[in-house]
Amino acid sequence: MTISADHTAPDTTSPQEAPDTALNEAVKKFGITVEDYMLPARHQIQMVDPDGRLKPEGEQGTQPGHEYPVPGDKELLEAYERLVVGRRVNDQNSALVRQGRMAVYPSSHGQEACQVAAALCLSDGDWMFPTYRDAVAVMTRGVDPVQVMTIFRGDWHGGYDPLEYKVGIQCTPLTTQLLHAVGVAHAAKLRGEDTVVLAMCGDGATSEGDFHEALNFAAVFHLPVIFFVQNNKYAISVPLAHQSVAPSLAHKAVGYGMAGERVDGNDVVALLAVLDRAVKLAREGSGPLLVEANTYRMQAHTNADDDTRYRESAEVAEWRAKDPVNRMRTYLTDRGLLDDDGEARIREHAEAVAAQLREGLSEDVPVDPQELFRHVFERQTPQLKEQSAMLADELARDAAATDSKEAGK
Amino acid sequence: MSPTITTSSEANGNVSAATARAAASAAASAEAAGPQPVTMAKALNTALADAMSADSSVLVFGEDVGLLGGVFRITDGLTATFGEQRCFDTPLAESGIVGMAVGMAINGMRPVIEMQFDAFAYPAFEQIVSHVAKMHNRTKGMVKLPMVIRIPYGGGIGGVEHHCDSSESYYAHTAGLKVYTPATVADGYRMLREAIDSDDPVVFMEPKKMYWTKDSVDLGELRRLHDSPGEGTTAGLGSEGRAAVARPGTDATLIAYGPSVPTALAAAEAAALEGRSLEVIDVRTIVPFDDETVSASVRKTGRAVVIAEAHGFASVSSEIVARVQERCFHYLAAPIRRVTGFDVPYPAPKLEKYYLPGVDRILDAVDDLQWEN
Repeated sequence: MTISADHTAPDTTSPQEAPDTALNEAVKKFGITVEDYMLPARHQIQMVDPDGRLKPEGEQGTQPGHEYPVPGDKELLEAYERLVVGRRVNDQNSALVRQGRMAVYPSSHGQEACQVAAALCLSDGDWMFPTYRDAVAVMTRGVDPVQVMTIFRGDWHGGYDPLEYKVGIQCTPLTTQLLHAVGVAHAAKLRGEDTVVLAMCGDGATSEGDFHEALNFAAVFHLPVIFFVQNNKYAISVPLAHQSVAPSLAHKAVGYGMAGERVDGNDVVALLAVLDRAVKLAREGSGPLLVEANTYRMQAHTNADDDTRYRESAEVAEWRAKDPVNRMRTYLTDRGLLDDDGEARIREHAEAVAAQLREGLSEDVPVDPQELFRHVFERQTPQLKEQSAMLADELARDAAATDSKEAGK
Repeated sequence: MSPTITTSSEANGNVSAATARAAASAAASAEAAGPQPVTMAKALNTALADAMSADSSVLVFGEDVGLLGGVFRITDGLTATFGEQRCFDTPLAESGIVGMAVGMAINGMRPVIEMQFDAFAYPAFEQIVSHVAKMHNRTKGMVKLPMVIRIPYGGGIGGVEHHCDSSESYYAHTAGLKVYTPATVADGYRMLREAIDSDDPVVFMEPKKMYWTKDSVDLGELRRLHDSPGEGTTAGLGSEGRAAVARPGTDATLIAYGPSVPTALAAAEAAALEGRSLEVIDVRTIVPFDDETVSASVRKTGRAVVIAEAHGFASVSSEIVARVQERCFHYLAAPIRRVTGFDVPYPAPKLEKYYLPGVDRILDAVDDLQWEN
């Protein structure tokens, strides 16, 4: 019993070009073994401790081949400003949800350092593929805040043009967007462009099949993709221990033949240092990299979730002490880079963005029912034309009935 | 090959460096002039080669499509002609293939990807349903996905399990996908070229038992008609949403698509010997569906049988019956009948002849159309 296709082997067998050239180059460049290049450093990279003190170089978790220079002052100040704005946006949006002005908002409160670093490490020509919890990253990338939040406002599935900002629509089905990141990088590589693509997901998402397929495709095709995993410890209610028993999520990289690194996800200095280098390496042709940020989801999954059912408040309190915004403020103030005036100006900026959101999201946006049919296809089908006419007729009759009722009053 | 390729696709407004249409491909120059016996496989292969010649953003990838040329040889020679950057093998992961194609389409390419067999496309279902079908709508058309997912489908080849599914209903049911299925060699060429040209994503269902079917076809003429639409009679109008009258008749209408079209034609031939004139409609594109042509035929004949290999329950054939009934009720002399696969998992090779719609089962259904009234 056979199928009719000819399954015979081809006459010639030319093994694919060995993909280890880049690895060998990296190993030579850093003077370490392949294993030491691909495996994450023995400790997470942390530069500024939770109390806001710069750690001595020897205690930052670095080791040969895993060295990271502290980013420049200008980048750090900008990062801090974005952190403050991001925190204000998170809390403003949660308030708007409570007031019924937004349908839902998955807050990244506590993860702002990851959000800010993910956007700041990229250049204009690069791409970002965010998840539903990454609104602050999208905004930090330069997308208008109200356009970003449209996805949660309830009148359409997205509000910004992904091609204009080079930011994918915030993706809801877990890890499916990682493959889109791979495809964007592949297309760019085929055209000889030096685009780097940052693909974002969480710890729970690493259990999905598309996580595996995306990492493997990126590695096999040697694509400039940075997989940025925000390990915030929970997938709604399910803790990390139920997702993976790997030594760390960064260790998963080695199985695909790429380098992985762990970084303190509440330390924006370390995040920028690690992500900046990852972007540089990827742009220079290192192939894909995996960065795991060790952070914490401070609030419930969304407003519809009750996190007291699955975690202790003591655990949350422990992480509150590691807050990314306070830590950075202390560090910059101690270094003399931030004074009261600077802080006041930044707060003012954050308030302005919050006001913009309050205004933009309280507007009663009129919806056009015909939009249901307008965007399904580039080339409309006769069936949708028919259904569109049917709805138009229903609405016209409703309007006529309302008019005659009012006329009769 | 140059080390990099340029994009001529303007679908997403990325790069508009229009690539001049390449001169006829190597395959084209080797073609004999005039109508020749051509297989469906050759027509599809030629369509891919011509599309790749015409537009450097057209890429072909999937499993075994490179050096091997695909398990059905539909991509034969494409890597040799266009290089490993334009036609290449991927890791063995269907979700990865479709998901990567989505990203490539976002970034200016026109990927034409192969799912090796109908039932092996299921791992890609989430990408197809949640992204391929929805991206255009989600972004209000700001992001277009000009991609083609080629799927060999259907049985009749003595294939083992997972190699013979008729999976078209899953895709047809999903809003946002176009679903094409050619049933002639000429349509194989024509419709694949149109699918690749389309800025909407197309699931291109290839009736695998017809790959080696030969028709007398002039590929050069089809290419000219594609390149200069309007010069032909109907070819310039395109195939999307246009069913074809595969055989004219007056007494009843057989409505079929893909692999069931030749079966319906054989049934019509047999019926003619018994003095009954059956019209055969080849649906061609399931989405969008050509209500006009199908309804016109049924209104003329007053009787209809829908034929499909797929399970009948909640299927494309159910949809066709519903649509014809809604539009032609007062013209019908008898209830519309269906001849479909039974509602059982696709059977083992020695049993498939009992499962598949055949000429006798179709003629039985035609006999049941209340002729005495």
